[in-house]
Amino acid sequence: MIKRDLAAYAFLIPWAVGLLLLVVAPLGWSLYLSFTDYDLLSSPQWIGFGNYRELFTDDDRFLHSVLITGGYVLVAVPLQLGAALAAALLLARERRGQGVYRSLFYLPSLLAASVAVSITWRAMFDYGGPVNGVLGWFGVSERSWINDPGTVIWTIIALEIWRFGAPMVIFLAGLKQIPGELYEAAALDGAGRLRKFVSVTVPMLSPIVFFNLLLGIIGAFQTFAPAQLVGDGNGGPADSTLFYALNLYQQGFDHQRMGYASAMAWLMLVALAAVAAFLFRSSRRWVHYGDNT
Amino acid sequence: MTNRLAHVAIVGTLVIMLYPLVWMVMTAFKSTAEIAQNVSLLPTEPTLDNFVQGWDGAGVESFGTYLRNSTVIALLAVAGNVISCSLAAYAFARLSFRGRAVCFTLTIGMLLLPKDVLLIPQYSIFHAFGWVDSPLPLIVPYFLAMDAFFVFLNVQFLRGLPRELDEAAAVDGCGAFRRYWYITLPLIKPALATTAIFTFIWTWNDYLPQLIYLNSAEKYTLPVGLRMFLDATAGSDLGPMTAMSVVSLLPLFLLFMFFQRRLVQGIATTGLK
Repeated sequence: MIKRDLAAYAFLIPWAVGLLLLVVAPLGWSLYLSFTDYDLLSSPQWIGFGNYRELFTDDDRFLHSVLITGGYVLVAVPLQLGAALAAALLLARERRGQGVYRSLFYLPSLLAASVAVSITWRAMFDYGGPVNGVLGWFGVSERSWINDPGTVIWTIIALEIWRFGAPMVIFLAGLKQIPGELYEAAALDGAGRLRKFVSVTVPMLSPIVFFNLLLGIIGAFQTFAPAQLVGDGNGGPADSTLFYALNLYQQGFDHQRMGYASAMAWLMLVALAAVAAFLFRSSRRWVHYGDNT
Repeated sequence: MTNRLAHVAIVGTLVIMLYPLVWMVMTAFKSTAEIAQNVSLLPTEPTLDNFVQGWDGAGVESFGTYLRNSTVIALLAVAGNVISCSLAAYAFARLSFRGRAVCFTLTIGMLLLPKDVLLIPQYSIFHAFGWVDSPLPLIVPYFLAMDAFFVFLNVQFLRGLPRELDEAAAVDGCGAFRRYWYITLPLIKPALATTAIFTFIWTWNDYLPQLIYLNSAEKYTLPVGLRMFLDATAGSDLGPMTAMSVVSLLPLFLLFMFFQRRLVQGIATTGLK
């Protein structure tokens, strides 16, 4: 028994070292740091709830970054998943060239996280960029979409939607798993296309919607590269691209306020845990776990 | 008829989706004068000037340095993930031991843990090690199975394979490590290939950690080096910037060309269940 266990633990040595050194210890260390003033060079100074108090009562930029990020998640994630589902439905049926189409739809999601795409995005929506060129045909006057606090966030949302290929592929795999008999039975009962979609496809796909939603929210909440590179780099113009992760980065690495940034990190963890708990709880009502998963 | 409509919708969407990439490539081959005129998508007189100018980089180092650094880090990350994630996955999928359920739950938890939470404390720990401004913080974690996603992927793959071979070898007195090495590894090659390709792509694109850990220009990777085009000028360097963007995305595009089927399947299988 012990020998058996030891053999297994040997395989888990790297994993366990990583877990302790790079996850558990850092989590504890950052919780401690969140109650201190810490600039990395001198040792942390205990200040109790000082950082948290400042965040909630004396830091408008923090509250602003929460609202920006929260709003972004609420808009971008559903739009991206909607696009992914629509594309999956379009590509689900076997047709000529469907494999090529699937791959090409998927391609942007492989590249979208890169700095190359973010800086290209910025150029595309700037003066003289192709977006203005195309809109010009429809009589829209030229403007810099990235220097306008009202529009820059939408260019970043467009970038998030653009990478719908990854959830699309997961939806496609899910669609394939739905047994054909269900559709046949529905057809026998006189169900039309819309009815089949609402009563068969949606419930059968709900576990995958749940999975994509959860990962989508966690990922979108941490948006950094587009925030820094499509925006002006400091959260501008007029703090309109001050995403939570960018704010955290600036506090920690531009202002060397590591304790303050740790408090922000922990608040983010708590917020995301609450969102995940809410999703899991609500999933009992809307996620259908059939026998054919 | 609906079939034709679907085709139109698919092709229309594709044109919009691929336009940014096409525009990037076309701009890279245009002269500065032509970029300023901004008339047609296709370059009238294709030129390589942007590539020559961009290769020198926006800073002191040439783009070759960034390309080399990114390649070294990405390849070591691949090696790390393939080794460490398959080891952990073998234990979770094939060995029974006390605490297995707890350990596996922790791995799933890591899958959901936002990485930003660990940014500051990990930085502070690596700083204490004296590893800041070296590629070590960008490589070592991969040898410690920190990408729970790939542990999970390999476990899922192993669960789909029959256990009989493993059990027969155990009956014959073959130890756990030899079973892992001689029986499991050859069988899970497809999952390992998926692990390798995705690790390469994700490490190649990874930005925030490279930004905070690499401080001197000769250690910069492609994402950090590319970013300097934004710092250096206010948009007038569009040609060299898009040229180097194309260079930096080219390896990913080649991987996509060769392994598109595997990439799509890799995402699909881990997404389910």
